[in-house]
Amino acid sequence: MNLLETRRLTKAFGANRAVDGVDFTVRAGELLALIGSNGAGKTTLVNLISGLVGADSGTIVFDGQNVTHQSIHERIEAGIARSFQLVNLFDQLSVRDNVALTIFARQGKTRHLWAVADRDGAVADEAMQVLRQFGLEPRARMAAAGLSQGERKLLDVAVAYALRPKLLFLDEPTSGVSTREKAPIMDVVTSVVRQEQITAVVIEHDMDIVFTYSDRIVAMHQGGILAEGSPDEIRRNEAVTTTLIGSPPPS
Amino acid sequence: MSPAPARPGLLSRLELGGAAAAAVVLLAVPLVAAPFQTITVCYGLVFAIAALGFNLLLGYTGLLSFGHSAYFGMGAYVVAMLVKYLGWTSMEAFVVAGILGSVLVAGLFGLVCVRYTRIFFSILTLALSQVLWSLALKLFWVTGGTDGLRVPTPTLLVGSLAPTSDKMDFLAYRYYYYVLVLFVVSVIVMWLIVHSPFGKALQAIRDNETRAEFVGVQVRRYRWIAFVVSGAFTGLAGTLWVPLNGLTTPDILYWQFSGRIVFFVVLGGFKTFWGPILGAIAYNYLETYAVGFTIYWQLVLGSVLVLLVLTMPQGLAGTVDALVRWLRRPALT
Repeated sequence: MNLLETRRLTKAFGANRAVDGVDFTVRAGELLALIGSNGAGKTTLVNLISGLVGADSGTIVFDGQNVTHQSIHERIEAGIARSFQLVNLFDQLSVRDNVALTIFARQGKTRHLWAVADRDGAVADEAMQVLRQFGLEPRARMAAAGLSQGERKLLDVAVAYALRPKLLFLDEPTSGVSTREKAPIMDVVTSVVRQEQITAVVIEHDMDIVFTYSDRIVAMHQGGILAEGSPDEIRRNEAVTTTLIGSPPPS
Repeated sequence: MSPAPARPGLLSRLELGGAAAAAVVLLAVPLVAAPFQTITVCYGLVFAIAALGFNLLLGYTGLLSFGHSAYFGMGAYVVAMLVKYLGWTSMEAFVVAGILGSVLVAGLFGLVCVRYTRIFFSILTLALSQVLWSLALKLFWVTGGTDGLRVPTPTLLVGSLAPTSDKMDFLAYRYYYYVLVLFVVSVIVMWLIVHSPFGKALQAIRDNETRAEFVGVQVRRYRWIAFVVSGAFTGLAGTLWVPLNGLTTPDILYWQFSGRIVFFVVLGGFKTFWGPILGAIAYNYLETYAVGFTIYWQLVLGSVLVLLVLTMPQGLAGTVDALVRWLRRPALT
């Protein structure tokens, strides 16, 4: 079953067609990797689907409903969440409050002016539970600005995850951290996603990470889809290996 | 790092102690100080309410308003108009009407202003407040123009406390306590707002507007609500200020007065809850004494303020906070 389908989705910035008539499909329950060189249109595609930028033409159907013209807020309520390539956190709030805010927002409680946020035990417990899943519990009371880069990447994912989405976009969850830190971050993220049966789309540059963790891969090039298939198929795909990886397919 | 309790208390022991001490001092002021002194403190409390409202935008939502004179002035002019045209005298009626008037103006101005952030927001708030100022100036047959409107001392508590013949005495006792009660209520209400889930959402908007939108906070709508609440507090301050001053003129709608509110908050420290309160009271004292001390009071005031900002960039409250942390630092072993 397809959770998300885009049809002829197009977005141009001036003369540059960043996303050019893309038919992109995400199947329910899979962990999909979206790969491609810089400027291939990966992030623009995610921006279109999550509602950060509006589409020029084409449609986006999520979970059976046409969300092409919905606001960010409506798409979140429908079940689409995302993290960001450059970490986007609430730096002056505590690590716990970063997650708690998401939970308050999800429950519609951010409209409450009279309740003391810290006295909401259910939300605090859930926030701590989420932090535990991401290994951030010991940092709960620290300001988010004080975390290490690797921890910030994890918290960024945790904040999006706390929305309990059906579809979670992770824009380069391991960018900007050392090679040594990449696998531990992906281990945590993929185990949470699989355990909670969330469909996830990961944008990633590191091919080792992509081949290790994903069920299926979609490769983009110059605003279009170059190839899609299982990791093995993509590894053997000549178009992909020559344009993206820059070496001939392994014999 | 010391182990912290799982459920933090609502107020730290230091905050509770400080608030209790401040309450005792404020309650005792009229009993121990001369009426003039008490009235000076009373002005300070009124400005503190305005500063609290202002800081909901600057400190918690990340929006620097340069037009809060509009709401303060609205609170004041509503009272003056009700006195002049309807002959009202009840302070409670003034308070309700003053808040409603400033909410109305903040609601309208907010619709335009919250579409922008940073300097664009500041300039828009400034420009809109100047519109009100010029209206107060030009429609002199309604507003009294530069002469302003006189406001006699009101009756308190639904007419049960009528003004006494000694106006100074009335202001320094009955009216002081009246303002003190409303000040305490304002502090409690604002404390609740900034610690509510709504308050957390505002801080999230301040830290990262895009991300706030992507966790489901409707950024523009929340900014507008914050704008209106902020205007309501500042409007209440304007309403309470008129009887003290006995007169309202277009000066309090002018951008310089907005600048003064900004200064209260920068002086006290906008990153803390208590900073704006401290700043407003301290500034008011400074100005009162500088004026009495020399005709070059603006020079004195300016120099002192520049010095304070240079030496205490975190403001008074931020400096006290840092001092307490330093005193409580773990001993090196």
